[in-house]
Amino acid sequence: MSLDLFAIAAQPFVDFGFMRRALAGCLALSLGATPIGVFLLLRRMSLMGDAMSHAILPGAALGYLAFGLSLGAMTIGGILAGLLVALLAGLVARSSVLKEDASLAAFYLLSLATGVMLVSLKGRNLDLLHVLFGSVLALDDGSLFLIAGIASLTLGVMAVVLRPLVVECFDRGYLRGVSRWSPVVHYGFLVLVVLNLVSGFHALGTLMAVGIMILPAAAARLWVRRLGPHLGLASALAFASGYCGLLISFHADVPAGPAIILVAGLFYFAALILAPGGLLPRRLFGHSHLES
Amino acid sequence: MTTPRVTTAPAPWWRHIFRRPLAAVSAAPAPRGPAPTIRLENLTLGYDRHPAIHHLNLTIPAGELLAIVGPNGAGKSTLLKALAGELQPLGGAVHLPGRPASVAYLPQQSEIDTDFPITVFDLVALGLWREVGAFGAIGSIEADRVRAALARVGLAGFERRTIGSLSGGQFQRARFARLSLQDAPVLLLDEPFSAIDSRTTQDLLRLVVDWHCDGRTVVAVLHDLEQVRRHFPACLLVAREPIAFGATDAVLTRENLRAARHRSEAFDDHAPVCHRDPAEARS
Repeated sequence: MSLDLFAIAAQPFVDFGFMRRALAGCLALSLGATPIGVFLLLRRMSLMGDAMSHAILPGAALGYLAFGLSLGAMTIGGILAGLLVALLAGLVARSSVLKEDASLAAFYLLSLATGVMLVSLKGRNLDLLHVLFGSVLALDDGSLFLIAGIASLTLGVMAVVLRPLVVECFDRGYLRGVSRWSPVVHYGFLVLVVLNLVSGFHALGTLMAVGIMILPAAAARLWVRRLGPHLGLASALAFASGYCGLLISFHADVPAGPAIILVAGLFYFAALILAPGGLLPRRLFGHSHLES
Repeated sequence: MTTPRVTTAPAPWWRHIFRRPLAAVSAAPAPRGPAPTIRLENLTLGYDRHPAIHHLNLTIPAGELLAIVGPNGAGKSTLLKALAGELQPLGGAVHLPGRPASVAYLPQQSEIDTDFPITVFDLVALGLWREVGAFGAIGSIEADRVRAALARVGLAGFERRTIGSLSGGQFQRARFARLSLQDAPVLLLDEPFSAIDSRTTQDLLRLVVDWHCDGRTVVAVLHDLEQVRRHFPACLLVAREPIAFGATDAVLTRENLRAARHRSEAFDDHAPVCHRDPAEARS
């Protein structure tokens, strides 16, 4: 029996290098992208993360058009496109009557259409699928180093600017009053979001990259009340999703990216029903806002 | 009036090797530096080139306890924002030496996201920002000061609660605790007692009066004229422009209040900036 469990849960990673790489990639994503997702969630910018992930596509597609499936070209193209759309959306929001969400939505829809158009100009449908849904099972050394590097950078930067970042999230006016950190943190955070989306894009594709950010963050928010546990639990859930998703993909022969995100979705629904902030306990035990 | 005292457990012997003694902490801190005199010079404030309040020429002496009153939309909050340095004047100037370090500003309640998972302790500890900065650690000395500030506003024991679990009054107490830790010589309060029960208002008013007694300058936007008459020696009545400024009893007369109401109603929101000679404005 125990041998069976081992065969199901660990043997694929023992036998196949690509599974180990995929697992390492998932670990890096859950340590880098998921904490960013937590802050996106807490800043009420979850949908903005979604929009940004689409904004990356035309840049990556241009890189692809020029250099084929090249890691460097697609990465740089994606980062530039993401930053450009973020800046343009901010600019339009500040200088017209449109709010930021509206201008962002406009830009990302255009980006997505442009991106798909560009990829299909040259590529085969397989390439389009690769761009849209990623290829976590085909991570080469370069992609893995890129994902791990971005995760390390993210963790390092967040550790340094945690206090200003937290204040920027919940009391921006105060941060503006006591320091000059507000714009630095705001734009620095946007850069981190774009970097992590590009990193997630290599593993999970543009359409799924946000999933590993937001779903574990939302599930963890339902379980815990403090920021520290929230970050830890979200990362743990993200890694668990990656692990289970890879196994399901291996055994059931389904695409890995969607499997990972669906497992994260399961965690989310479980939390939605069972967690203290979810549906059932609130129904059963009433509103709990006076407890500490 | 009784100020709640904090009783801190005796620190272990080894702490004294590294830290200043705890007794130094509980004494109420004197304001950092003397309070500056605030001077407004033909000040015009507004948004999108349309003035909201204009022709302000006045000097607020150091250590004043000043209430700003006036009808809704009179430009009171706008004025406070400009004093805090958050709004650039359309014309004229605010002279407030030492800004922004010398100013602690309490905007109206709406700006803080109370759903954010942060504890009351962490919120109040942000008052120490100018000392610990973005990276400095909150050591045991600082933690004791945070607890003392919480005790002063009657929130001892609330340290580990999340801000979302506080009632409106408790939340305002926590904001006052943070404000007192900022330890600024000038305090700007925008409607600090709106939607707050009378007990909380009394407690927080006491804190305001204490700040005044410490020699700090306190400027508060208020609506309750009785409160102003009772606690605030000086008053500025505005309605898009200054109606009266000086000792509270001389300012809050029936004629002045009626004039303020009329002036506010007659004001055109879309009028362009009007220029008036400073000398003429002063006369």
